[in-house]
Amino acid sequence: MDFVSGLRCRECGRTYPAEALHVCDYCFGPLEVTYDYERVAASMTRERIASGPRSIWRYAALLPVADSTPVDLGAGFTPLIRADRLAAELGLGELWIKDDTANPTGSFKDRVVSVALTKARQLGFKIAACASTGNLANSVAAHAARAGMESVVLIPHDLETAKVTMTSVYGGRVIAVEGSYDDVNRLCAELTSEQPSWAFVNVNVRTYYAEGSKTLAFEVAEQLGWEAPDHVVVPIGSGSQLTKVAKGFEELWKVGLLDEEPSVRISGAQAEGCSPVATAFAEGTDAIRPVKPNTIAKSLAIGNPADGWYALDAIRTSGGSCAAVTDDEVVEGIRLLARTEGIFAETAGGVTIATLAKLAAQGVVRSDERVVALVTGHGLKTVEALSGIVGPSATIAPTLEAFDEAMGGTYGPADETVARSA
Amino acid sequence: MSIKVRIPTQLRTLTGGIGEVTVEGSTVGEALKALDTAHEGFAERIFDEQGSLRRFVNVFLADEDVRFLDGLSTPVTDGQTLSIVPAVAGG
Repeated sequence: MDFVSGLRCRECGRTYPAEALHVCDYCFGPLEVTYDYERVAASMTRERIASGPRSIWRYAALLPVADSTPVDLGAGFTPLIRADRLAAELGLGELWIKDDTANPTGSFKDRVVSVALTKARQLGFKIAACASTGNLANSVAAHAARAGMESVVLIPHDLETAKVTMTSVYGGRVIAVEGSYDDVNRLCAELTSEQPSWAFVNVNVRTYYAEGSKTLAFEVAEQLGWEAPDHVVVPIGSGSQLTKVAKGFEELWKVGLLDEEPSVRISGAQAEGCSPVATAFAEGTDAIRPVKPNTIAKSLAIGNPADGWYALDAIRTSGGSCAAVTDDEVVEGIRLLARTEGIFAETAGGVTIATLAKLAAQGVVRSDERVVALVTGHGLKTVEALSGIVGPSATIAPTLEAFDEAMGGTYGPADETVARSA
Repeated sequence: MSIKVRIPTQLRTLTGGIGEVTVEGSTVGEALKALDTAHEGFAERIFDEQGSLRRFVNVFLADEDVRFLDGLSTPVTDGQTLSIVPAVAGG
């Protein structure tokens, strides 16, 4: 049994039943799932959560669908890693990385898709579809295969090779569209009107889908011993994830899972080549002007972010900030995280780390704060970004002499602490 | 100018279920006002109090977002297609 009380328009407040609706019929505003928090509070305890599955489904009471056998590949409950070496590089104190590269298809999208397809199946849909910048495509194709559903995934034609392969391998239909993500998104929105029998996870099931991102906040709080952090840095594509992370912390407080009322500053990260939210933040305006994206961070390359206003509002209300970084800084962010913490992130993770570095240098993210950075996708998805930048230190003949030369003589540096038996 | 307007599901109650309507007008704004004249109720659904497009309403002329063109003042040519599309999230 779920605890959903209905759907509510974020713009005009009109209410709707919990069906396959995604926008307000009246003003086109996005619909938000509402819960009966008193009943959730009565049902959801720390102990019950601790004995639940090691996945997003341990927080089922705050998810919009109840199902004892959800469409599940094990999304969520990813590591929260204390990042002291990265913190030292950035002049920060307590820094944690939420490592969502560890999800089944390598990105946070598994959280939202597991929720979306579980709800879609309950609503009677048999075909899963989506518009995607790649990560969502991977996840929808995989979860649809797992659920025995057909899938139709629409992607921009110029995506990274790994993302195309990781989508196609699951056997569904993959349609590459000659256009940008915003073109694909518009096509899908129009298709939803013509093909209402398909569950477009980020269109007509979006209301439910987006709720999956709250689990990032739930996990961070649980992994910190049921405490909220002081500051979270979140990448912005559509802006949905950022708003849901904010909602997640609020909900934990509402249902009594936190001892102290959270006061989490939320900061947004974008790439300069697609930074409509960061631009609006810098200009102090509410008007988010759509842009034509041009960045290596393709998973964030959404020029017309549907939840941009809400992301901006969440950032401002929380006392956070929003900044954008260049593609070179994105690559440096990927390398910095890999070098200091052993985590290989995709370009969106590079955006997060580079923005964290920038905000730390500006004193916006402070050394007295407990900081969490969301690293939302695996580096193997976007190896093109590092092409020609990292590679073997040397290519040599299989001889000791060649090796010695490559290592700079006498076989390279020795570790004197190692006891030698010879 | 004769313009085809594609209507999303959410607004088809205003057109008796029809997904495509032909209207006359020389700009995007005129075409949308003509749509409201032909099927009363469109204006209050897609325009805010100031007469601008509501922020979750996207309008595309020949598949290009009119916000990248001249907005409601964008001229239209005979036979072009306008699409009204709700904004959607992505990823």
